[in-house]
Amino acid sequence: MSDQSCVYIKKEWDIVAARQMGRDIATQVGFKTVDQARIATAISELARNIYLYAGAGKICFEAIETVQKKGITIKATDEGPGISDLAQVMEDGYSTSGGLGAGLPGVKRLMDEFDIISKSGEGTTIESTKWLR
Amino acid sequence: MEKILKDVVLDNSDEIVRMWIEQVKKNQGGAFYQSLSDEALENTNREFANAIFEGIQKGKIAKTPLDEFAEKLINLGWPLTYLTDGMQVFRRSVVKFIIHKWEDLDFSEADNYFELGDDYFPWVLEKVDEWVDPLVNELVSEYSGSWENIVSLQRMALQELSAPLIPVMDNITIMPLIGTIDTERAKMVMESLLDGVIKHNAEVVLIDITGVPVVDTMVAHHIIQAAEAVRLIGSRCILVGIRPEIAQTIVNLGIDLGKFPTKSSLRKGFQTALELTNREIVEDTNREEEIENLIESLDRSEEE
Ligand SMILES: Nc1ncnc2c1ncn2[C@@H]1O[C@H](COP(=O)(O)OP(=O)(O)O)[C@@H](O)[C@H]1O
Ligand SMILES: [Mg+2]
Repeated sequence: MSDQSCVYIKKEWDIVAARQMGRDIATQVGFKTVDQARIATAISELARNIYLYAGAGKICFEAIETVQKKGITIKATDEGPGISDLAQVMEDGYSTSGGLGAGLPGVKRLMDEFDIISKSGEGTTIESTKWLR
Repeated sequence: MEKILKDVVLDNSDEIVRMWIEQVKKNQGGAFYQSLSDEALENTNREFANAIFEGIQKGKIAKTPLDEFAEKLINLGWPLTYLTDGMQVFRRSVVKFIIHKWEDLDFSEADNYFELGDDYFPWVLEKVDEWVDPLVNELVSEYSGSWENIVSLQRMALQELSAPLIPVMDNITIMPLIGTIDTERAKMVMESLLDGVIKHNAEVVLIDITGVPVVDTMVAHHIIQAAEAVRLIGSRCILVGIRPEIAQTIVNLGIDLGKFPTKSSLRKGFQTALELTNREIVEDTNREEEIENLIESLDRSEEE
């Protein structure tokens, strides 16, 4: 993934920049309004989690354009505290910050593929793809 | 001794200004200066020089004409470097002038006369710095103060725009939200909403999110909390302007907005608000007829 399609998340307004870049790439790939909104919202959730729980990290994008399939992959990486119980954070309503706890399960529903790798004390990587239909 | 030195400088201000202007012009070649007419630059330079001299004469006591001059330039958008550059050149010109004149200066009459010998140069520098430094500080603080002022005014303007409340009629108020909602703004929405509901005695508040680009769980959470708070003080919230794609993402996120009414458009929301406050819109057909009759009678009178 080239570094050019990455946004570093340090301040709250970086979330907006990440959303904007993701939306631009999604538009180029050919996504229509509703999916653009889904993708932008998923980016917003992942970027905000980085900002809130890891302090800093980055969001990278990859446009997938092969003959058979088109889509966009969002990759959120941080070196924050990590998540010890992955099953728990994927439950609707689980939040350690008094939030709605709908972010991660929501991203999974907004997108088509969702992978999360995390190790306590080492950080979290989430990769999620939406296919163009 | 110092007074004699100062008097010499003040008495020869014309000569020093001439030296100063000659030097200062050499630094004024940039794009900004090229956009000005020679005459405007010349006049400003002269005004600057006069303000400096007046500042030196008055010392550090009161507000000097330099403040006014700086304020004027800031408003006209002149760069800070014009002022700092000018002061540097001024310092150099004065020192140069004094050194040049040194042989002619007679300090023997001074009250606190002391022998300087060949080591007079550091003393001259020190005295000139004592006149010029306060002026430089004054200019810089005037300049940065103006900027801080502008920034804080703009921040205030932005805050007022970020969560506006419009009391459209008795008991019905609208809060149109346009643009990204971050945590700070979300807090303002809450405050403004509660203040406004009380101030305008609103029974129903319509929150219009047509202009909000992304509604994620954070934004939804804040809206839910605000609506809940409004309910606690005895009023009601209706969420309006939910675009189809936003409705979809809210459903995907699994957010339950069931606790308070939502409407796709402001128009529909307003209708609901009217119903909730026991009102309805009645078209006044009688009046239309009246007007039609009036127009007809005008037509007829023309024919006659
Ligand atoms: N990048 C991350 N690093 C560490 N913990 C995380 C990260 N992302 C999410 N979490 C944890 O998962 C929980 C659930 O996240 P989420 O579903 O987005 O809901 P919310 O952000 O509303 O709490 C968070 O409260 C937090 O404890
Ligand atoms: Mg979250």
